[in-house]
Parts: sequence; structure tokens; C-alpha cells
Amino acid sequence: MIPAAFAYHRPSDVQSAVRVLQEHGDEARVLAGGHSLIPMMKLRMAELGHLVDLQDVAELKGVSVENGTVSIGAMTTQHELIASDDLNRAAPILREAALQIADPQVRYMGTVGGNVANGDPGNDMPGLMQCLDASYTLVGPDGSREVAARDFYEAAYMTAREDEEILTRITFAAPMGGYAYEKQKRKIGDYATAAAAVLLTKEGGSVASASIAMTNLSDVPVFSEAAAAALVGSDCDEAATTAAISAMLDDIEPTEDNRGPVDFKRHVAGVILARAIQRAWSRA
Amino acid sequence: MTKMHIKLTVNGEPKEVLAEPRELLIHTLREQLNITGPHIGCETTHCGACTVEMNGKSVKACTVFAAQADGAEITTIEGLGTPDELHVLQRAFREHHGLQCGFCTPGMITRAHRLLQENSNPTEEEVRFGMSGNLCRCTGYQNIVKSILAAAAEMNAIKEAAE
Amino acid sequence: MNDMAAPTREERAAKLKGLGCSRKRVEDVRFTQGKGNYVDDVKLPGMLHGDFVRSPYAHARVKSINTEAAMAVPGVLAVLTAKDLEPLSLHWMPTLAGDKQMVLADGKVLFQGQEVAFVVAENRYAAADGIAAVEVEYEELPVLTDPFEALQSDVVLREDLEAGADGAHGPRKHHNHIFLWEEGDEAATNQAIDSAEVVAEEMVYYHRTHPCPLETCGTVASMDKVNGKLTVWGTFQAPHVVRTVASLLSGIEEHNIRVISPDIGGGFGNKVGVYPGYVCAIVASIVTGKPVKWIENRMDNLMATAFARDYWMKGRISATKDGKITGLHCHVTADHGAFDACADPTKFPAGFFHICTGSYDIPVAYVGVDGVYTNKAPGGVAYRCSFRVTEAAYFIERMIEVLAIELGMDAAELRRINFIRKDQFPYQSALGWEYDSGDYHTAWDKALKAVGYDDLRKEQAERVEAFKRGETRKLLGIGLTHFTEIVGAGPVKNCDILGMGMFDSCEIRIHPTGSAIARLGTISQGQGHATTFAQILASEIGIPADSITIEEGDTDTAPYGLGTYGSRSTPVAGAATAMAGRKIRAKAQMIAAYLLEVHDDDLEWDVDRFVVKGAPERFKTMAEIAYASYNQAIPGVEPGLEAVSYYDPPNMTYPFGAYICVMEIDVDTGQHEIRQFYALDDCGTRINPMVIEGQVHGGLTESLAIAMGQEIAYDEIGNVKTGTFMDFFLPTAWETPNYTTDYTETPSPHHPIGAKGVGESPNVGGVPAFSNAVHDAFRAFGLRQSHMPHDQWRIWKTAQQLGLHG
Repeated sequence: MIPAAFAYHRPSDVQSAVRVLQEHGDEARVLAGGHSLIPMMKLRMAELGHLVDLQDVAELKGVSVENGTVSIGAMTTQHELIASDDLNRAAPILREAALQIADPQVRYMGTVGGNVANGDPGNDMPGLMQCLDASYTLVGPDGSREVAARDFYEAAYMTAREDEEILTRITFAAPMGGYAYEKQKRKIGDYATAAAAVLLTKEGGSVASASIAMTNLSDVPVFSEAAAAALVGSDCDEAATTAAISAMLDDIEPTEDNRGPVDFKRHVAGVILARAIQRAWSRA
Repeated sequence: MTKMHIKLTVNGEPKEVLAEPRELLIHTLREQLNITGPHIGCETTHCGACTVEMNGKSVKACTVFAAQADGAEITTIEGLGTPDELHVLQRAFREHHGLQCGFCTPGMITRAHRLLQENSNPTEEEVRFGMSGNLCRCTGYQNIVKSILAAAAEMNAIKEAAE
Repeated sequence: MNDMAAPTREERAAKLKGLGCSRKRVEDVRFTQGKGNYVDDVKLPGMLHGDFVRSPYAHARVKSINTEAAMAVPGVLAVLTAKDLEPLSLHWMPTLAGDKQMVLADGKVLFQGQEVAFVVAENRYAAADGIAAVEVEYEELPVLTDPFEALQSDVVLREDLEAGADGAHGPRKHHNHIFLWEEGDEAATNQAIDSAEVVAEEMVYYHRTHPCPLETCGTVASMDKVNGKLTVWGTFQAPHVVRTVASLLSGIEEHNIRVISPDIGGGFGNKVGVYPGYVCAIVASIVTGKPVKWIENRMDNLMATAFARDYWMKGRISATKDGKITGLHCHVTADHGAFDACADPTKFPAGFFHICTGSYDIPVAYVGVDGVYTNKAPGGVAYRCSFRVTEAAYFIERMIEVLAIELGMDAAELRRINFIRKDQFPYQSALGWEYDSGDYHTAWDKALKAVGYDDLRKEQAERVEAFKRGETRKLLGIGLTHFTEIVGAGPVKNCDILGMGMFDSCEIRIHPTGSAIARLGTISQGQGHATTFAQILASEIGIPADSITIEEGDTDTAPYGLGTYGSRSTPVAGAATAMAGRKIRAKAQMIAAYLLEVHDDDLEWDVDRFVVKGAPERFKTMAEIAYASYNQAIPGVEPGLEAVSYYDPPNMTYPFGAYICVMEIDVDTGQHEIRQFYALDDCGTRINPMVIEGQVHGGLTESLAIAMGQEIAYDEIGNVKTGTFMDFFLPTAWETPNYTTDYTETPSPHHPIGAKGVGESPNVGGVPAFSNAVHDAFRAFGLRQSHMPHDQWRIWKTAQQLGLHG
């Protein structure tokens, strides 16, 4: 219940924050909403000497939709994401997914940046961002760079972000067509037993393009190109959906836990993906 | 660790405390400021018994450092209504038996208060969804939902009468 | 001109807010303002904090404990180990079940989370740092988590117990065996079953779970060395028993110990026993001379405090081919964990499990329970179980369903033809209980009608066909339960806790100006005693409930009682309240007779006054009588108006109910949806309908959790897999349905106001209803028994095994 002691920093700009990370290396972590990090600190599963609170860094806030490009500051909370009508018009899948994350209080504090940067396989935003083909802006001592969400996740809690870099912004082209975020969980507040993010466009009655990503079925989010390819050119009938599921199942590697054994998770992953595809198709 | 000087407003009153950076807001409230309405029911941010309002947001005070709350405006159950003039929610919870042991109640009412600011006329489903961050072991939620819907109806009636 | 007519009898009764009134609760005023006083709210000058180093291993030798680094942490004052408690003989303590348990690890640890050392510090942050700095060297030992395996294994868990010697309940047949407890006639039962036309046999497992009140356990112990008085605040469901135990353990006389149960944030049986935290805090306070607070974390609570259930119940039930039950045999393998700390009355190591003939007229039956030690936390009796009645009810309600399958019969009809009939009460069961009253047929018919049972069965049959045709992937289950439970422990001649007879008490004092205070030996943890016991009194003595203060929980002022658990407050303390009220009224009658200058027998009681028979305009209200008792010199009558009653109940009480759960199940995802839940409860006389309904809602929600996903699960080496709310299932408002509550009222013939108690009925009846709904959904596809909890993956597994994923 009680974290170990640490030194607290509250910078007001990104560069100051980066400097603290540089100085203390892996002894320092940034604090966004705190609702992944602080619970771990309370269980003493994460012990750090320095915490860098980002709440006063203005550049990390703000959401914009301009010329079809969506830009979300890392410190945007799930609550702000859900409340933004601009975002909902540009990418309604965001609100649909965010409403299925945690509970109302956690959504008031939990940030999109924290959710994508943590590397926790249970978080929902990583898979979603891969589906959206989002790009993450990483700012470090040597400047800023862009890393595609699809290239960002290496293993559980291991990402392409260096220790002294801060993820500042998430950018993607506003998607067209149908969308769905489908998530099975044991109760509100739980991570996914299986979740699927699906985007697809329809042209002349067929699937013109598709994007599929799965969550909490591996130690990283799974962007399944093969599953999407199985849908393209089809009219999203049962055969195509079955093929997509089959392809997806080859890409995931779920492990047994309290949610259930591997065969259960694989079956549910298929069911969830099928439902997501159907819903996305109906909206395309 | 050296203590920090933290200033915050709690239930309308300015407060100053010295706290280690790692001191959790729930402990600052309960131990230093003697505000014992919000309670501790778990250590994994699930139960919501510690729910307060911070800068207009419903927040679980067990998952916030006092340091993060430096400069913040906090409202707890003690800041809703007075003994002579209870808040509509406090009266509704009593009227409709929305509590038994009382341990979840401060967090529950504080969250309901913000919920009704977000949505002044929620359906039952919206109330259940909006209260899903607060656990109760005694009531089975049915009368909590009833209490909140009744409070919403009364608040809306008062608003309408005033217009 | 005075237009005011005298109030009618109905108006005067209504003003009292007595029995039957949905009186709003007096407790709510402080709780809704955040002004409750729970143990963690207690703050005393100079107060220290203590907390535990706990074992990560389920079975290990403790080779060494190094406290040097911990003592160097700023703010840490002391680290207690078993060696420090040994000179006080407190390193072990007696349990409620006649066993003993370690207070701090003495040479070895026996379950994950077991207390190893107690760190005392200036504040809880320093204590946490101190705990992290204690270095313990363990040597792991083989772990036993399966009770069947434990009974065969060479691994000795309890090396402190003398090999071959008897346990507290008789001979032990193996070093990991605790007791064999039996009831009924085994030979006759086997005979009936062996010669029966139809027999159904099944292993019914009620899994391990935990009562998990929202407030964890805790205490503040304060030794006043100047006055030699120990004061202990704590989450105690039985404060007087704690005082007696504390006296026996510490050597401090009871008059110098004050135990206070303040507001308690839910008990559900988790807060009955004495935990190492209480003992260590008391010792630390005595040693330091300062108050010491111990409040456990949630993980500590789930891993180390009294769990519930864990009964493997092997049943055999026999019947004629027409469905009349002829015999019931039950053998239980009871997993008790590392120490037998079951909170049962002393003579009942398996509680009241032998109520397992349930609502049915079964001519012959036998129960045998083998208690077993394993590497898990101690406990077993908790969670609104009424002393193993939840296990018993689940067992019989599952056996009825399995028998119905064997007979090819409708399960509602099978129940009806076997119910004990109303005219058979008081009913002597084959396992030795005398059921006080009941009318099961009326309740059953009412319940079936309310849910439209026949239409539901039609709908279900159509759904099965639609499923087979591939038109739907959802099955419909109708979960039936008719439970009879047993509460109100209990008659002193056979019910005691650590030797204290299970009577209870009420002491009333009427003030000169007509209001009153009453103190009870019970303690509310949310049941609303301050509201409802005033209602009992109001109806007895004619003073408005709003003018009666009810107090509980301070052993310096409250009369001795055995506390609140097992739904005993209304049956026992409620009876004491009524009886004390009647003593008040008897004295009041004498005073009224004096004031009215008539003979006692010339008066009759009318709601709130004594009236002269035949002269209704001549009366004295209780308020007037109260004043007179302080003001008048009445020959032969002492001044004042007070009374006390210690009530020894002649029998237990037997509430019953009919619950029906309608559930949809998605066979592909394992998800469920509760379409409807109807709960009819008969608790005899209903004191406060609003409070009863609240109890039922709460208990049904606990049942939903238990049946549909909640468990304390271990892996093969004794690690707790469900130690936080991430995995220990507590439904939110979103997962919880609305319940329809209903009632019948069959008073208890032996209770002064006919009331039976209701708090635990919804757990007793709820779990079988939810579980039977799951089973019933799959019945048409061949399912007989699938162990709880029915979480998504287990439901999915059942569907898979029945070939429904083809």
C-alpha cells in the first residue's frame, strides 16, 4: 500500500523533463495519469528514485483535427478523449474504445500517452493505435523522432522508447469507413480477455481496405496484416470472416491466466474479432 | 526524504501540509487534515471508497500523490451539504436505503455528485455505468441506483421551478 | 374552539414506528456525512503503527529472521518475532475450534501470507519501510493444497501436534486429519439407498472464497499503564468474547479491559475470530505503553483472514421411481487450511451442516465430515454461512437437481412432492433438528406463479430447438432453489463459543422525560440495529422508536452478548429486547395502577398507554409513567424504570425461501446475463421491510459473485492467485441485476415476537439459485454437475465438453 520514497519533479516544459530523465537514467520515470505506475509503486513492484510529473507541461495537452490529421497530446486523459466531439467525428473508434477502459474515476486521470507508452500488454490503446496506423512523437535529449505504433512494441513493458525520451504526441490520419472496438472482459475495470480493433472501408460492396489489431493476446499488441488481407476484396461474408479469424489466430500467442486457459482465449479472440468485423462492416 | 510544502484547497478551505513526495493524497486527507470521510478499501485502485473530487474530476485519492495535488481544489463528502442542510444526495440515500455499513458511502455519494454534474438526467443504465468505479458489499447497488435517480429527479425539479 | 380529535389507535401506532414500519435509518445521518467512526478513524496521541512481514511461501522452515536493517529505518521502534512472544506464551493462541494457531511464525510457516514478524513504527510509512528491510531466510518444504492428497501424504504440516493423540473433536486418523464428525444413522441410510429404485450420486464442490467486507480488519490497542487499563478498539463482531479472550491471553482481569467495536464497515463473518494482528498490537501497546494501530491491507485480508467454504461434498440420494426421497448420504472432505480456526460453536466442528436435508421430508440420512489440514489460510466459517448452512443448502439443492435428472422429472415438481408439509411442524429432521415452523408449498407456488414458470419452461424448450437448428448461440437456464436455513445460535445447553453460552442480552433504561436508552450484546456491521431494535422496543413499551437510543459494542457498558454473525441478532438479542421490554411494561403496569388508583388487573395495554378496562378516558401513557417512576414514592416499587434480559433461546429459528433465477448463457464466450431474479423470503415477523429488502439485495449480490466467478484460488505450490480485486471477483453496479423481492410470513412459534432473522438467507439461497441456473441451461445437453465458480472460461469449458462448439 505504501510506495518506497522518491524525489519529485514537476517541470513546466518538455526539455526540463527530458533533462531529469537524462540525469537519472533508469532511476527516473515520468508520471502521466499515474493509474498504471502508482498502483505498481504501491505494491513496490516499481521502485524509482525520481518521478517526473508531467501535469504542468502545456505542450503535452491539446487535441486537434486539421486537414484530416488527428493530433492528440500525450497528457490527454481518457475522459477528455471521450468528451471531445471533434475527435469523435474524426475517429469514433476512439470513444468506443475509451469507454471500455477501466472505470469513470480512472478515466479522469489515465492518459492516452500513459496507456500507449507503458508497454503493458493489457492496455487497449496500443492495439487501437496500431489499427489506426498512428505515429508516436518521441522527444529526447537529441531532439524528436517519429515511431510508428506498429513498430513501437518489442515485449511486455519494453518499447522503442529510450529511457530519456518522452512520448509527447500521437498522430494519425482520420480513418474512413466502418469501425469497431470489441472487448470481452470479466467485469468493468478488467483488462481484456480478448479485444479487437477493426477499421475497414467499403467500395462497390466489397472490402477495399482493412486494419485489424488484437489486444492482450500476446506480450505485445498484435497488428494482424494477414487477418486484414483475408477480408480485402470480399463482401465480409462468413467465409472471409472465418479466414480472417484463422489468420489472426496464427499471429497471437495468448497465455493462461485467471481469465482462462489458452484454448478459451483463442476461441474468444475469434468470436470477438468476428463481432468486430460485423459491426465495422455494418458501419462502412 | 525531505518533505515538500503542499498547498491545496479542501472543501473550500485553504490547507498547507508538509508531506513526503510519496505520501498518498488519501493519507494526507485522513491523517494530516483529519478528513476521515473518504476510506481505504483496497490497494489496487479498484474499490473507489477513497473517491474525492479534484479540480472537478472524480478521482481515487489512493492513487494520487499529495504532491500531484499541490495547487488543487479538493472536495470530499464533508464538503457536500451541512448538518443543517444536507445535500439532496445525502437525503436521497437515506430516504431510499442506499447504504448499510456506510463504508463505501462517502466515495459513492461524492462520485454520484460529479456524475450528476456530467449528466443531470441519467437513465438507470447510465447511473450503473457511471458508478462502476465504486464497489459496495452490502446493498447490491439497487437502492444506491434508486437514491441517485431520486436525487437527480429532485435536483431537476428544483432547477425547473427556479426557471 | 379546539378541533383536534384524539388520535386513533392506528395513528398512535404509526407514530411509534414500531414493528413492520420501514423506518428510515438513524445511522444514515452520520454515514452520509462521512462522520462514521471506523477503527482506522481512531487517532490517539502518540499512537504507533504496526504491520506484518508475511511469508511468501506456503510451507517453509524459517531459518533466520534478521531485523538489524529494519531497526535502522528511521521511525521503526521494534520488530517482534515469535521469540519475543514466547515468554508471554503468546507466540501461539487458541482458536475458536479447539486448535491452536501461530501468532507469529514459530520455526515454520504454513500458508502464503502468514505473519512472520510485527514491525512497530511511528507511522505507517515507516512501518512499510521497516517491513521491506526485514530479512527472512526460508527453506521451502513440499506444499499440500489438495485435501485428498493431504490425507494420503507423508508430509507433516502440523509438527506441533502430538502424533497419534486425539484432536479437540476426537481421534485423528492421519497427521493431516483434524476430526471426523458424524450425525444420523449411517447403516439405515445405506440400507435405504442400496435398496432404492432410483439413486443419484454426485460430488458437489463448494469452492473456497472470502467474505471480503469493504473495510479490512484492524485494531487500536491502548494500554494505560497509569491506571492499568487496556482499551482495544477493533473490527470485532463479538466484542465481549474478544474481551474474555484478551483477558485469558494477557492475564489482565476483564474489568481492566475495555473492548470497543465502533462502526464496522461490513463483517460477513470475517471479523468474528481473533487475528494475530490484534494480539501483536495489544502486546506492542503493553510493551511500549503507547497506543498501537494495526490495519491490514486488502491482500492481507484476502490471503490471511478467515476464508469461507471449501467443502467437497459427496452425495448419494435415493428415491422411489415416482420421486419420493427415501434416503440421503453425505460425506464431506473439509479443507480447513493450516489451523482449524473455524468460528463454529464448540460442539459443532462442521457447524450446522446437518441441516442438509433442507426443505425435504427425508426419513433417513447420514452426514460424515472429515476435516483436513492444508497449506492455506485458516478459517472456513464465514460469509453469511450461518455455520456451514450455505454449504448444506448448496449440497441439497444440487442433489435435488441431479435426482431430477436421474428421474427425468421437472425439478420444481420433485421439490414440491418432497417438501415438509405445513402440518408436520414442529418437524423432527432425520439429522436431529427440530424445525420450528414453515409453509413451503405456499411459498413455492407463489414463486413459480410470480415468474410464470410454465411459460419459462416452454420458452426454454423452444430455445433448445432453436439452438440445435443453429439459430442462436444462447441457452436459457431456470435456477430453482427452495432453502431452509437455521439461525439464531443458540440454546446454551449445546451452543457455546469458547465456553460462553450463546445467549444474548438487552438492558433498557427509561429516562424521566420519557425517552430511553437500550444496550445490547450484539454489534451491527451495517444491519441497522440502532434503527430496528428501537422498533422492537417501541412496539413493546409504547415509546416512539425516534425517542430510543440503541447502543452496542462497548464492553464497559453493554451487557454481555455473543455478538452478531449467523443471523443471530434478531432471534436472540431481539428476543432479549422484547423480554426486557415486557419487564418494563410489567413494572409500568404497577405504577399506572398506583397512579390511577386501580388494581393491576383492571388495566389493559393499548399501544402506548395503560387504560382502565371499560373506562377508556382513564389512562396513563408510558411517558407519564416514566416520570412518575422518578417522582413518586410508590409502595412496594423501587424508583426508576429499567430492566435487563439475558435470553437463552429454546431452539434455533428456521427461515426459508424460494428463489428463482432466469439466466441467458452465451456458449461461445461463456458470458451470462441475468434476465430475472425473484427472491421470496420468509423470516417470520418482519421488523423493517426496507431493511429486509436491503439485506436480500446485498446477500444476493454476494451470491452472484460467489457463483459466477469469485474464488480464493491457489496454484500447486500454494501461491494465492486471486489476492487482489483484479482477480477476486466483486461485481460493480454494472454486473449486478435488479432483484424482485417478495415474502410470506410464517412466525416462529417460540420467539417472543415471532421473528426468525434474515441476513444470511440470501447467501444460503442465492448461490444455489445462480448455480442451478447455469446447470439448468445445459441440462438438455447432458450436464449433471459442473463446479463453481461459473466464470466465463468454466462455462465455456462446459459447453466445449458437451460438444456445443462443433
